[in-house]
This record gives sequence, structure tokens and C-alpha cells, in this order.
Amino acid sequence: MAAEHAGGAVAESIPAAPARSRAGWRGGRLPVFALSIIGAFVVAALFANVLSPADPEEQALRKRFTPPVWDARGTWQHALGTDRLGRDLLSRIIWGSRVSLTAGVLTVLLASAFGAGVGLVAGYHGGRVDTLLMRVTDATMSFPVILLALILAVTVGPSFVNVVIAIAVILWARYARVIRGQVLTLMELDFITQARIAGASASRIILRHLFPNTLNTLTVLITLQVGYVIIVEASLSFLGAGIPPPTPAWGSMIAEGRDFVTSAWWVSFFPGLAILLVVLAFNLLGDWLRDTLDPKLRQL
Amino acid sequence: MARFVLARLVQSLAALAILSVVVFVLARATGDPLHLILPMSASEEDYANARRYLGLDRPYMEQYLSFVGRALTGDFGTSLRARRPVGELIAQRLPNSLRLAAFAMTVSLLLAFPLGVLAAVWKGTGIDRAAQVIAVLGQSLPTFWVAIVLIEVVAGRLQWLPAGGIAGFASYILPGFTLGWFVVAGMMRLLRSGMLEVLDSEYVKLARVKGVVEHRVVWVHALKNALIPVVTFAGIYFSILVTTAIVVETVFAWPGLGRLAYEAISSRDFPVIQAVVLTTAAIVAVVNLSVDCVYALIDPRIRYVR
Repeated sequence: MAAEHAGGAVAESIPAAPARSRAGWRGGRLPVFALSIIGAFVVAALFANVLSPADPEEQALRKRFTPPVWDARGTWQHALGTDRLGRDLLSRIIWGSRVSLTAGVLTVLLASAFGAGVGLVAGYHGGRVDTLLMRVTDATMSFPVILLALILAVTVGPSFVNVVIAIAVILWARYARVIRGQVLTLMELDFITQARIAGASASRIILRHLFPNTLNTLTVLITLQVGYVIIVEASLSFLGAGIPPPTPAWGSMIAEGRDFVTSAWWVSFFPGLAILLVVLAFNLLGDWLRDTLDPKLRQL
Repeated sequence: MARFVLARLVQSLAALAILSVVVFVLARATGDPLHLILPMSASEEDYANARRYLGLDRPYMEQYLSFVGRALTGDFGTSLRARRPVGELIAQRLPNSLRLAAFAMTVSLLLAFPLGVLAAVWKGTGIDRAAQVIAVLGQSLPTFWVAIVLIEVVAGRLQWLPAGGIAGFASYILPGFTLGWFVVAGMMRLLRSGMLEVLDSEYVKLARVKGVVEHRVVWVHALKNALIPVVTFAGIYFSILVTTAIVVETVFAWPGLGRLAYEAISSRDFPVIQAVVLTTAAIVAVVNLSVDCVYALIDPRIRYVR
């Protein structure tokens, strides 16, 4: 048993070919599932005003807690049912995708721009600049995201912009660390030395030589982080420190349905499902990008 | 080694000092807490009295220094909401959080280790697929949603476990699993990729050629080195755990530090916010410091290369 197992493992580790074909669904062809989910939600977010069957903020107390259409009491008018104020859930989820996707993408772009900047400068200059910047990065990174985001959200008041800033304030550190590590390796290479000999300025080397070489890593990291940010944003909204009502945000929708889970499970369930699908799709896409663009980044 | 530890200790203390300033400033910026304490009918004079009584009228610098001085002796002032010493509140809540975190960490280690290692050894098989699915779901499921679903199904419909609060071992299971779930995913991925790399290395091949039994090769020779990346990320996992705990404790009505933080922030309870954030940061710093030391012990290269 043990010998057979050992033989199998050795055989597997020597030729790479059979393992490659196995990896077909990761790395190889396009991640259709992930892309179509992201595509669907992007379309929903862009055309929310056309696609949503009802006004997401319109209340109809007589129709509160209408179950989804497949239930005996459900109607096509409210395919996914209604919440405690009789608002159409499907419409709220469609409008909510605008909030979640924008928050996710904007936050990550902000954080990555700042983080990549710090990483490039720290890696290029090295020495004291590097030590100082990396200490700040480490301190930021070890701080629990939600705790600071909560404090910031409460401090400056809950609003969309504040949520984005609050999360980005912590999130940049991850980019700084990774990009700096990559710049350190790049600095050892000949083309940087040659650029220096040719008299290129620091800003030119950073922008024209170092930055383009970190783009793959940045793309992977950005994609992987969008999902994470959507979850953090939803958690904040869930805790009441995110996007304030009546704007439909998935996190606060789950929170609103929380007390009625037993009698009206759909109010909390569908927004959660939406979060799960979007985040799952971004994670799968990120994994695929990483395997394709930058296989060394497995630890992200 | 001693120099390395000392340098890291100084860095941690400096980070904590900076954080204390940030926390102090932020807590002062959340608006006037007196609006929450005093009744609607309070006069200007009442406000002035209360401000003087709570020391909120003194210069910020003075408030900060006295705050730090007292914090160092464990005195964080009085909670504005509970009207009790903050130190007492923390001392009461902290053990609950630590116990829950320890339980969650145990659960995630017990799940992540076998899954991560087996997924690498049997790459491409059903176990590997299952592990990947668990990993990707673990990173995609919103914790608070999982918590609600678990409460409804396991505690509500099936009535197997308590829905919240803290009473005996059974009450640990739901919050513990919810909390550990996210960590399992990340740790398992790291272990799997680490193992794949190590299993392919020369020294593992040599061990096999020498005739070392396969399970020893995997669980002793290979795992030892595959652990290094896991140790590096242990600090980050811990801070993820602390973060997730705020949500989990809130949903499960767990009387821990995370829920205290949530309550304090929603009622603008300055002294409690400061104390909770600093306690959490101190714990995270201690964990990170120990992780660095362990890392330096098992991988000597780190002591010299920065």
C-alpha cells in the first residue's frame, strides 16, 4: 500500500504533462462561469434603472413579506418576494449590485494606486526610506480592517464615499508589500542598471521601467481583492456602519431581514446569495489570472 | 537572535504608540459624547459641568498624556454607557473572546492541515477538488450570512445547538465554525501550494530514494518546510480572525471583545473604544512578534536578511 502510493507520487512528480491536462479548468481556458456572473452583475449595475422591475425604495406595506414566486403565495410581480416594508427584493438586489460593485472596484483602485506607489518608491530607494515605509505598511497591515473601518465610518459618518476611503486606508498596505518585493527583484536586473547608466531619472525608471513590470501582479491582486472588499463593505453595512438606508446595499438588506429569518427567510437569503456569487466569481477569475499571468504568486 | 527580537520589540512598541495617538484623535472626532449621556432637557450649564467632570474641557495634549499614563497602569477610565471601569469590562469580555478564538483556531488547524497536505499529495483527485471548493467558498461566503443561515437551520429548525450566548461547550460550536471557516480556506491554500513545491524538491526525492516510508516523507520531511509560508502568514490570519470575530460575536450575541467594540462604537463610548482598540492591537502585536521569533528560529536566513 505504502510502496504503491510512493510510486504513484514519484511518477506524478517527474513528468509534468499529465498534471497539466488536469489543470485544464484552472489556468487553461477562460473561466466562463466567473466571467458570465461578473458580466451579468455588471450589466445589472449599469442598467439598474431599466432592468429592475420596480422602484427599489417604493414601500407597499400591504404586500410586506410576499414570498418568492415559486411559493403558493408568491407572484411574478415580485419574483424574489418582498421585504418588511413591501419593497421588491429583486429590484433592491439589482440596485444593490451598483453599490457593491462600485464600492469594490473603487476601493481597490484607490488602495492599489496608493499601495503600488509606496511599494515602488520603497523598493526603488531602499535603505531608510524603505525601512520607514515598510514599518508603516506592517503596522497598517496588522490592524484589523473592520475595526478601523468601523471607527472611521462612525467618525466621519456612514456614507458611500466614507466606506470606500475607510477600507482603502487599510487595504493599500498589501499592495505596498507585494509590489515592493517585486521591485527589489527587478532592481537586481541588468535593464535597470542600464537605464541608470543611460542617465534616466528616478521617476522615469519607476514609471517607465519598474511600474510596467509589476502590472501583472497588480492585476491579479486587484481582482482577488475586489471580492474581499465587497465582503468587508457588506459586513460594514450589516453592522450599520456602511452605506446608510434607504439606499439598497446587500449587507444592510441581510441585516434588515435578520430578525425575520424564521418567518421570511428570503429577505436575508437572496442578498447573501448575490454576495456569494459575485465574490466567488471575482475569486475564481483572480485565481485564473494568477495561474495564467503570474504563477509564482500562489500565496496571494 | 537577541538583537533581532529586541529590534522587533521596539518596532512593535513604536507602532502601538502611533496607534494610541490615532485612536485618541479618532475617538475625539466621533462627535460630542455628551449628547448621548445627558438628557434632552440638559442646560448649557449641565453640559459644562459634565464636561469638567469627565475632563473633556482640558487641552487635548493633556487629555492624551493622562490617557496614556493611566492606560499603562491598566486604568482606561469609566465607560460612558455602562458607568463602570473600562478595565473591568475588558477583563470580563476578553477571556470569552480568547476562548472562542482558541476554539476556532483549533478547528481550522484540524481541518486545514489534513486537507491541505492531502490535496497536495493527491493532486487532481477528488480530495484535491473538494479542498479547492472548500477553499474558494471559504473566501467567498460572507461570514455574517453564514452565521444567520446556521442560526436559522441548525439552531432554529433542527434545534441541535444553541443560537447564541455562552453556555457550555455546545454554544461554542456554531460561532467557532463560522469564525474558523475563513481561516481554513487561506491556510489550506498555503499548505497545498507549499507542499506541492516541497514535494517536488531534490531533498524529498532523495528521502524517497533512500527508502524513507512515504507517510514519513510527506508528514515529516516535506511538511516541515511547507510550514514556513504558513508561519509567515499566521500573524495575518490572526488579525483576520480578530476582524471576523467582531461580526461573529455580534450575530451570535457572544459576550466578547468584538461585540463590546461594536456596542461601544454605536454608542460613541470613547473610553471603551480606545481600550478595545488598544487591547486588540496589543494582542495582535504580541502575536506578530511571537510569529516573527518562531519564524527566525525555524528559518535562520530571516535573521540576517531584512
